[in-house]
Amino acid sequence: MQMADKPYKFPDSSGHFGPYGGVFVAETLIPALDELNAAYDACRNNPAFMAEFEYELKHYVGRPSPIYHARRWSDLLGGAQIYLKREDLNHTGAHKVNNCIGQALVARYMGKPRIIAETGAGQHGVASATVAARYGMECVVYMGSEDIRRQAANVYRMKLLGATVVPVESGSKTLKDALNEAMRDWVTNIHNTFYIIGTVAGPHPYPMMVRDFQAVIGNECLVQMPEMTGRQPDYVIACVGGGSNAMGIFHPYIDVPGVRLVGVEAAGEGMDTGRHAASLTAGTPGVLHGNRTYLLQDEDGQIIETHSISAGLDYPGVGPEHAWLKDSARAEYVGVTDQEALKAFHDLCHLEGIIPALESSHALAYAAKLAPNLPKDKILLVNLSGRGDKDMHTVAEKSGIQF
Amino acid sequence: MSRIQSVFQRLQASGRRALIPFITAGDPDPELTVPLMHALVESGANIIELGVPFSDPMADGPTIQRASGRALAKGMSLRKVLDLVRTFRAEDGDTPVVLMGYANPIEAMGPDRFVAAASDAGVDGVLVVDYPPAECEAFAAVAKAAGIDPIFLLAPTSTEQRFDDVAKIGSGYIYYVSLKGVTGSGALDFNDVAARLPQIRARVGMPVGVGFGIRDAESARRIGEVADAVVIGSRIIEELENSPREQAVANVKAFLRNIRTALDQIEGAPR
Ligand SMILES: Cc1ncc(COP(=O)(O)O)c(C=O)c1O
Repeated sequence: MQMADKPYKFPDSSGHFGPYGGVFVAETLIPALDELNAAYDACRNNPAFMAEFEYELKHYVGRPSPIYHARRWSDLLGGAQIYLKREDLNHTGAHKVNNCIGQALVARYMGKPRIIAETGAGQHGVASATVAARYGMECVVYMGSEDIRRQAANVYRMKLLGATVVPVESGSKTLKDALNEAMRDWVTNIHNTFYIIGTVAGPHPYPMMVRDFQAVIGNECLVQMPEMTGRQPDYVIACVGGGSNAMGIFHPYIDVPGVRLVGVEAAGEGMDTGRHAASLTAGTPGVLHGNRTYLLQDEDGQIIETHSISAGLDYPGVGPEHAWLKDSARAEYVGVTDQEALKAFHDLCHLEGIIPALESSHALAYAAKLAPNLPKDKILLVNLSGRGDKDMHTVAEKSGIQF
Repeated sequence: MSRIQSVFQRLQASGRRALIPFITAGDPDPELTVPLMHALVESGANIIELGVPFSDPMADGPTIQRASGRALAKGMSLRKVLDLVRTFRAEDGDTPVVLMGYANPIEAMGPDRFVAAASDAGVDGVLVVDYPPAECEAFAAVAKAAGIDPIFLLAPTSTEQRFDDVAKIGSGYIYYVSLKGVTGSGALDFNDVAARLPQIRARVGMPVGVGFGIRDAESARRIGEVADAVVIGSRIIEELENSPREQAVANVKAFLRNIRTALDQIEGAPR
């Protein structure tokens, strides 16, 4: 399970994680990405920039987020102890805001007054709209019309925050199409626009930059877990859509021996039905959205439509660093179905008084599968990436309830 | 000398510009593609850019997105595009065909297998929108070795370093994207193009074609005064979309003839 003993140092200078990652975009974007690369490099090596980022995370987001021992749930499951990293308690209700603050500060450094974003569940759109309001920037959010239907409350939140939400009608009308449309906007408005990508995907330097901003999650855990339990966890478990909450909690643990990293993908209606979004488990390598990674595609290399009950996991690709962690066996990836995620959602509501996001419920469901088979002194750390208020409608619909 | 190089040599000798229409293979349906290609040649096309449809055409505007969608709905695939080229080649041994598309269908076939199959089908050039030079040195070398010109884009945002990067591994011609934006966008900045083209041509040592945003005889003529080739895509696809099926080919021919005439009125070499 352990990788070579030298410290983990990816990506390389051209943005590759082994064969994955890179810069696969049209020429017009190349100079913009070079410019971003240089700007991000200057920012992360600038103590004043990093101090401001940390200040904002503390006073605006409410970090550090606590870790909570889900004792009743663990007791009921009868095995390993489950601890939750409470990203749901962040301002705006998910981990997404960590990255948005970082990128908005880079945008400000670059003098770009307009930000654009893509969103699936709406969490990244809300976080982008929030930081745009906070820093006085114009904000345009692209969102698939199918997701607009599923996430009406978040659409309204974005509008309240002053953002323009643009419905995307192309392709499957979900997250991947929103990303295509945001890229088209960016290529047209490069001179004044900063594209805040919401996950560890896209062309270099995005996968690295988003990971770095989200790594605050894992870095806090490295300190908090020994304080609470006297040691580091045996497993770190996170859901994987594009992979940002997972990368954020995994990355600081990569060089820590004995910690198993498990990414949980959406198995939708079941892996064998073909209606899922499990790119790492069921996909093959290819090139999409600026990087080489695992993709759900047909034999001809056309991207296929995905399915998940959670809009935030409904994406046919995955961040390239996860592809690399899979191939190098430093992390393992599993699938959890819509039904399993729903059960974990309800269990957490009833037993712990926490309403989790449907995305996060996938990670919870895997922990619930794993815990009973492990001794009581084992520790599972689950990234509770967001709160479930946005999912009320979806869950109610599944239970046959109407508001 | 490649078919593409000899086309440019012949045209340059007579002071003419290359006319390069773009159509999406399989749009509006696969049976129409080869007849349409022949019709393009009859109306004055010198090189044909044939779009390989992709599910996620990130660099394309709504018109070419729709074309791609229609073609995929009719079952078009990279393999079938190559079959269409082979059929075209059986009757036309002279007109170069350049495939234009995205990386993933090529990755799925395997770049080496793709190059072999494309060369066998009679493809002359490939332009992979999301394969910038740094990510496709090996692919470009394999293509060149098989007699296929790897064609690269330059944009208004490109630096002189980029001119050198594409000159090093590209061949055939350079495709200058005339505006910041996606295919089919509106505002074409003639002054920018006129200012940039001589620099680029001097630096890359290859003919330079200009595309994105050329919609009529007037814009084609103005671009033709400074470029070696004029590429027209979205406007032809709109012609196909807006014509009754039995008239589509005739309408495209009439449109393209008009462009050809305008280009042929230009006197002398590109400025
Ligand atoms: C709460 C929550 N968790 C997870 C995700 C999935 O994204 P990622 O895999 O980048 O963390 C989303 C995306 O919208 C989300 O809102």
